[in-house]
Amino acid sequence: MIRHQWKNTYCFALLLLTLCSNTAYAQLSIFACEPEWAALTRALAGDTARVYSATTAQQDPHHIQARPSLIAKVRRADMLVCTGAELEVGWLPLLLRKSGNAKIQAGQAGYFMATDHVSLLEKPAVLDRSLGDIHAAGNPHIHLDPHRVQQVAEALASTLTTIDPINKNNYRGNLQRFTLEWREAISQWEKQSEKLRGKRIVVSHNNWIYLERWLGLERLAVLEPRPGIPPSSQYLAKVLAQLEQNPADMILHASYQNDKPALWLAQKTGLPVVGLDFSPANNNSLIQWFDGVLNQLLRAES
Amino acid sequence: MHKILLMAVITAALFHSSLVFASSETEAIQQQLEAIKKEYGQAIKALEDRLLKAEKSAQLANNQAQKLAVQLEQSSSARTSSSSTQNSFNPAISLILDGRFASFDNNPEDYELPGFALGNEAGLREKGLSIGHSELTMSANIDDQFFGKMTLAFDEHDGETETELEEAFIQTLGLGHGFTLKAGRFFSEIGYLNQQHGHAWDFADAPLIYRGLFGDQLIDDGVQMTWLAPTDTFLQLGTELFSGSRFPAGGTTSGIGAWTAFADIGGDIGIEHSWQLGLSHWRSDNIQDRKSGGHAHGDGEAETPSFSGDSKISALDLVYKWAPKGNPNHQNFKFQFEYFDRQEDGNVVMLGSGPPLETTSYDGDQKGWYAQAVYKFKPQWQVGLRYDWLDSDNRGSDADVLTEAGLDNEGHSPKRYSATLEWLPSEFSRLRLQYNQDESYEETDHQLFLQYTMSLGSHGAHQF
Repeated sequence: MIRHQWKNTYCFALLLLTLCSNTAYAQLSIFACEPEWAALTRALAGDTARVYSATTAQQDPHHIQARPSLIAKVRRADMLVCTGAELEVGWLPLLLRKSGNAKIQAGQAGYFMATDHVSLLEKPAVLDRSLGDIHAAGNPHIHLDPHRVQQVAEALASTLTTIDPINKNNYRGNLQRFTLEWREAISQWEKQSEKLRGKRIVVSHNNWIYLERWLGLERLAVLEPRPGIPPSSQYLAKVLAQLEQNPADMILHASYQNDKPALWLAQKTGLPVVGLDFSPANNNSLIQWFDGVLNQLLRAES
Repeated sequence: MHKILLMAVITAALFHSSLVFASSETEAIQQQLEAIKKEYGQAIKALEDRLLKAEKSAQLANNQAQKLAVQLEQSSSARTSSSSTQNSFNPAISLILDGRFASFDNNPEDYELPGFALGNEAGLREKGLSIGHSELTMSANIDDQFFGKMTLAFDEHDGETETELEEAFIQTLGLGHGFTLKAGRFFSEIGYLNQQHGHAWDFADAPLIYRGLFGDQLIDDGVQMTWLAPTDTFLQLGTELFSGSRFPAGGTTSGIGAWTAFADIGGDIGIEHSWQLGLSHWRSDNIQDRKSGGHAHGDGEAETPSFSGDSKISALDLVYKWAPKGNPNHQNFKFQFEYFDRQEDGNVVMLGSGPPLETTSYDGDQKGWYAQAVYKFKPQWQVGLRYDWLDSDNRGSDADVLTEAGLDNEGHSPKRYSATLEWLPSEFSRLRLQYNQDESYEETDHQLFLQYTMSLGSHGAHQF
């Protein structure tokens, strides 16, 4: 409750600030590859930027095509905010090459990859495609760890300042505000999620590692035999046998993933299935999204 | 007695006084003790409080230290592992392996496309088991200004391995304002399918119109300039200047032998639908001696038709894609349509004929289109349908020479019906079964292909 009141106050203050400072300078145009980075950028840039998200929470960011609409957006972007670590390897390099836009090419200030600013887990020791569609740099789905999001926020605010030094104070203020709210939110989430600690989960695709580490969840099995390879019925039977020996508490999958294997397993085991939005929905803030994720997990647990 | 009494009194007094003295001293000591006790008690309590506080803050510090330790442990491996995706400075390397089993009812060497003089790689290739088109590609950003790419293609022809430099180009990254410049050897942007490598196509063979006009694909050496409009709707304009030394130009060696102009427009409709529409034009004036395969005469003399004159091609392409919730991974649909028209003016000479050399004036009018639809109905399964149609109305002063050159349509308009079923075990592999009912020439041919296409090495691009 208190948090929301604070938020209202902040919103009001922000509104006043922007009303006062709404002078005639051009807005930055920012191309975010995923909704989580769009949300973070909106929080840090406020009204100084127009933020476009290339994907929605319903799209698998591995499998996007370099559509004409995306090329047109990158053409006009002053900055990219993406995950990196090869998550967008199938489409982002192509967008960049077709864009004719010098500002956002690799190595430029406007090329911001979140995974460049945090440590990654599960960096594979052996790179071999027989192990599935693995990422050489490590697991890229870092946005499920709020502590890492904080690190990214700090790096992003400083990059925004580099690109748009006139609005330095705006970015600094927004970062402070964000940090304050985010810290408070984290401590609340950590308190709320105490009872999730040690819960044993089965996941559809191995993209929850950062959430597992943060909340202390224990992953018993992955439904995909290899990353990116859909499970066969034989493989599912094996997972089922394994779970009979060693029961889990719930099954997790991202809402953009095929839920059939998860539902099949749920029917056999009676375990609750949690279909989580892997990213914030349209224009939702990161806090709203994390609130939703935790609520869904807590509901499944009780 | 007195003495004794005195003594007693003295001792009594003394004793008493000493007693009095003793008791007052004890009290003082006791008081002092009390005071000290009180003082110490307070001090101890203060100490205890401080200890408690210290313990608390130690615990806090400990917690924080633990958190930091985790972060440190995580970040120690951080920057070293960051986005260095491609073998540090080595170019990204990818290899395409392709092989097939083909079965034809007719003899593939009898293949022809009446009204179209076949050149370049046009034809059906071998029947039975064969390896197809293997490719080795290397690419990388050269510096902050340029990107470079090279593709070597390996083909098997009559028992010999042929190596072809399919692509070798550089491209600017940093021109800005939507401009991109490309130079070297590359696939022309005419049409839609032409820019894609054969292994990225949805069918095992090129559309008939591509086979008829380009000998499967239009590649040339030159420069390309594109400009992308700063609009929300995708709008790209471009032009290419080619040496024109390769089919379907050919012969001209000095200066600019061919040029193209193209415009593409595209966008999304909602989140599930996307489209692209393209217009393009290719032109080569003053073509000298463009050789092609003629009409087969059994085992007759080797006469080669040679065209000299002007040629222009106009094309229209349309692509539409659908994916539920915009997520093409589980299910998607793609429709594409392309129409080409070629007008040629000049003359055709039959090399190796005569003397005298057989020759005719030539006024070529060729056109054709195809439409195809591909539906991925499950994460690893895809089906496709395609229809091809061509027509020509070529004229010349000597109808016999035209017929010999394969430019007479023999009253037939070529058609083909194709269907595929594909299994895609992962993003990097594909097995394809394809059936064609091929009515390219009078005798209908039934063709069956079983093909594998595998991609090794760096991750391919998801082209639209």
